[in-house]
This record gives sequence, C-alpha cells and structure tokens, in this order.
Amino acid sequence: MEEDQDQLFAPPGEAWQQVSRKLVALRRLVLVITVALAGGIAGVALGLIFGLPAVLIVVGVALIALLWGLWLIPRNWRAWGYAERLDDLLVTRGVMYRRLTVVPYGRMQFVDVASGPLERRYGLATVQLHTASPATDAKIPGLPAAEAARLRDRLSALGEAQAAGL
Amino acid sequence: MTSTPEHESGDAGQRRAKPARVDPTPEHFRRLHPLTPLLRGWGFLALAIGLGGQDALRSGEMGRFGLTALAFAVVGMIAGLLSWWFTRYGFDGDALRIDSGMLNRRSRRVRLDRLQAVDINRPLAGRLLGVSELRLEVAGGGKAEAPLQYLAVDDAVRLRAELLARAAGIDADTPEAPERVVHEVPLDRLMWSTVLSGAFVAGVVFIAGIGVAFLFFRDSDITIGLLSSMLPGVIAIGAALWAQLGRNFAFVLAESPDGYRIRKGLLDTQHQTVPPGRVQGVAMRQPLLWRGKGWVRLDVDVAGYGGESSDDSQRTSTLLPVATYEEAAEVLRQVLPGSDPLSVPLTHAPRPARWLRPFGWKKLAYGVDEHVVVVREGVLYRNLTAVPHAKTQSVRIVQGPVQRRLGLASVHVDTTPGPVDAVIAHRRPEEARAIAEEQAERARLARKADVPEQWMARYRQQPAPRPDGHADGDGPPAASSERDQE
Repeated sequence: MEEDQDQLFAPPGEAWQQVSRKLVALRRLVLVITVALAGGIAGVALGLIFGLPAVLIVVGVALIALLWGLWLIPRNWRAWGYAERLDDLLVTRGVMYRRLTVVPYGRMQFVDVASGPLERRYGLATVQLHTASPATDAKIPGLPAAEAARLRDRLSALGEAQAAGL
Repeated sequence: MTSTPEHESGDAGQRRAKPARVDPTPEHFRRLHPLTPLLRGWGFLALAIGLGGQDALRSGEMGRFGLTALAFAVVGMIAGLLSWWFTRYGFDGDALRIDSGMLNRRSRRVRLDRLQAVDINRPLAGRLLGVSELRLEVAGGGKAEAPLQYLAVDDAVRLRAELLARAAGIDADTPEAPERVVHEVPLDRLMWSTVLSGAFVAGVVFIAGIGVAFLFFRDSDITIGLLSSMLPGVIAIGAALWAQLGRNFAFVLAESPDGYRIRKGLLDTQHQTVPPGRVQGVAMRQPLLWRGKGWVRLDVDVAGYGGESSDDSQRTSTLLPVATYEEAAEVLRQVLPGSDPLSVPLTHAPRPARWLRPFGWKKLAYGVDEHVVVVREGVLYRNLTAVPHAKTQSVRIVQGPVQRRLGLASVHVDTTPGPVDAVIAHRRPEEARAIAEEQAERARLARKADVPEQWMARYRQQPAPRPDGHADGDGPPAASSERDQE
C-alpha cells in the first residue's frame, strides 16, 4: 500500500523542485510571534480573572503548540513541490491532506507574485496561478525572488502561447 | 475549417479604466430609457417615506413630513436625472463601451469576444412600464458586467441581437437568428414538481404537525403561539413555490445558431441567451420524490453566472427545471455535441470506498468518452455530472488522512464557478494519478478542437454554412445573408 501512496504523488520527472529552505525559518518566526502574542494576551486576561494557575495552563498550552508547530513546519516544507512540464504546471503540497494540482498553461488567466514584509526580509516570494475556476489551488510559497520572477515570466509567456478561450 | 482566431489572453480583465485619457463620449452613443431614474429611485423614495412617515405618525406633524418627503423626492429625482443624462452606451471598435458618472467619469469597455451570455430581465415594474434590463456576462468578472438598466424593450432586443452578432464574428446589422423550441415545461408538471420538492413537503409536514398539536390543546391559551409557530412552514412553502413555480413559470428552452435561449418567469421575466461553446458543465439531478414520476432537472455552469450569490446562481443556471428522463437526455446530447453522457461506460469505485460512503459507494462511478468526463453519485438524491474535456480548468488530486489509510484518493476536475462540480471520489491511488494525467492530456487535445470564441466567424470563409454538429434545419441564415457584403 505504501508504494501506491508514493506513486500517487510521485514527481513527473526526476524529483520535485523544492521551495527554499528559508521558508522553514520564516514560518517558524511567524509561529513564534503568533504564539507569543496570543499566549501573552490570553495569559494576561485569564491571569487577571483566575489568578496564577490559569497563567501556568496558558503557558503550558502555548509551549505545546509551539513545539508541535516547530516540528510540523519542516515536514510541511518538505511536502511542497512543483514541476514545470511542457504543457502544464504541477504543484503538490500538504502532509495530512495531500494535494496535487495540474494546471494547463493554456488555462491560466493571470499569475500573482506576492511578497510580504517578512517574506521580503528572507528574500522570498509567493507565486500563485489563477484559472477561471476558484477551486484551482496552485500556490507556490517560499520561492527565492529571482526564481519567482523567472517562473512568473515563463508562465506568462507559456500562457500566452497556449491560450485558449473559456 | 479555419484556425481559431488569436486572442490576447493576458488581459482577461475586460474593464479597462483609462483615467489618463478619457475620450469624450462619441456623439452616436445612446442614453438609457428616460424612465430609468423613476424605476431606480422608487426604492430610495419608498425608504424615505417609510422612515419619515413613521416619525411623522409619532410626532403628528404631517405637514413637515410632507415637505421632507417632497424634498427627498426632488433631490433623488435630480440625482437620478443627472446620472441618467451622463450615462451613455454604444459600440467602440469591437467592444461595448459604457460611459457614466458626472464628476467621476467612468468608461467601461466590455470585450465581446469573451461574451458568455446575454440576459434580458424584466422586473414586474419594468414590465408595466415597458422597459427591461440587459445584462452581459463576461468571464472573469465577479458579477454581471454592467447591467444596462433600463432600456426600452425594442432597444434591448435590438442591442442583444447586435451584441450576439458582433460576438459571433459576423456583421453587426444581422437580425436576430431564428430559433427552434426544444422544450416547454407544461404548467401541471411544474406544479407537481413543486409539490414534490423537499422544501414544500417539509413545510406541509411541519404545518400538519402543529395542526395536530393544535387539536390537542384546543381549549388553552396557546392558540396564538401555535398559529404563529406555523410561520416557518408557511415561509418554506412560499419559498419553494416561488423558487420553482414563480421563476420557472412558462419555461421555454429554444435553440438557435446564437446558442441556447431560455425564457421564464411569472412576475419578473428572464430571457437568457447562452452562445455555443459557453456551457462549462451540465448536471442532471433527481430528487427522491421525483423518482416515481421519472423526472429530472438539468443545471449548467456558464462562466459569469456562478460568480453571483448562490440564489442568483440557482436562478440563472437552470437549463431544465423539470423534464422526463428522455427529454433531459435529448437536451443533454444537444448541449454537449458529439457525445452522449448517459451512455458513457462507467467504472465503479473500489470496495474500500464503502467506509467513506456507506450508502452511496455502489453508485459512485465515473467514465470518460472523447468529449466529456461523467461522474455519477447519490442514492437518495441522484446526480450525474458531465464536464467537457475542453472546459477543464485544472485537475486536482486530494487525499485526506482516512483516504490514505484506506488506499483511496479523489480527483477533482475544476470548472468555472457554478452548480456543477465534477469530483471523481474515492479511487485507487494509481488509478487516481492516471485519471489526473490523462484528463490533463485529454483537456489539452480537446481545447484545440473546441468551438472558437467567435462562433460564426468560420462561416464567413466557408460557402456551406451547415456544420456537422448542428442538426437543426434552420442553419445559420444570419451568416449567409451577410456574406456578400464582406
């Protein structure tokens, strides 16, 4: 059975193109900030109402969430992958819910490249393909800025060359 | 067969605002119907009267209220008149251009080669005054692109003919193409289908239940409470009546070289036109209670229709509100030319699927032929979905943790938003991967052979205007009559 599963999300060629390892650092940073903020607010609020035990419980929960998240992030990072083929782009992701999306270049309506302030600090960007279907789920985060620009240009060129009406 | 005309797909956004240089509106552009301010403003006026009237009743100063209402009416009317005066529409090159706004001039250009559907709607008030609303559906827009509210009925019909002719790639003066009625829904069948709908039956059961309770507690003080608790049932029945009977009243489906035409409605009427090659997917559905009668309904995905609210989408996406299986099968074959989705050989889901679909797994099946992918599912509410390969937007494999344990995966064939979703659920992993890869390949090949966006343009170069796919006797006379002028 395990072999079938691997076949299901196997790369079309040699291997999936992976996203930048810096994504792990970025996501960990975001996680730490989020947990610190949420835990801090909850801790202060509950501490004022219920006293010290509540604060300890909040700190415990926050620590567990933090550790679990820190462990999960590299796994999730490893699951991301994409492959450019002649006529379509393949994107795979997810650990619990695994997905593989095949987007024909000819179906592309537009390509988004987004880079938030934190992403920019790490020199990363997110490329997202949009088709006429909102269900199309082709987002590639954590691309180095140069790779993101290359991918965007290549995708738009290919999209134009193979464009079809709806 | 000539090659498909090239389009720049890069700018799928049809509205191109040009803040830098707004051309002055050309002289030949036309205005909307002069009654527009009145029709658009009446809701606003009613609100003002309602709010002000309440206030006036409470304080008893009717004179002041009258003055306020009058002031509101005058201001609203002037604003409406100005907006009407500065809104003009017309053709600019091969696009429809709508200029509006007094201070903020806005110029919208709607590219007609991307036209997905044209609807003429007539709300009740509009029918009384002889005006109608024209809506253009263009893919990519979240909602209908620039509804033209309101036009005189003749103008709307003429404009629709011109829009369709231009979108089809033929001469703009071509008159509206003749049509052949494919299906009319008889009133008694429509009524029965309403009565047999889930919401209606639930409402009746609810009211009956409360009625029984009422008999038991006849002499107590809770009569009013019981009666008012019947209200949800009454509302459910009313909604079911309105959704099926009111909207689909006198439903006519006709076929013409311009595509499908649908006319329906009791109070508000709708005329929809969906050009050829714009159907993105079809679903045949059979609610449990219709099974005894052998009735089904057909829903379609058309790009642009589905982007609206679910209520609107249900209103616009009905291809047949109720029909016998044979009639629906016939229509299904016509909207998906070249294939018969009902006779496509289906392969069933493997046994482990029973853990995830304990009741429906035996019914779960999918199949493909040259043109469409077909998915069947449902025990109580039967459902058959067909999506043309050429309309596949993307293909996805999804596998949840339980599916992974069972050795299953689902393949989604994505289409434009709408009521039709093709999900090939719970297949073996190796099969799922093969389906996805093959579907992507089939879609690629089918796209090349798909109906071109300017669906009539190819006839201009061809002497014989009878394509193989169209079995109707009419042919496209519109194309042949104007060929000499080109």
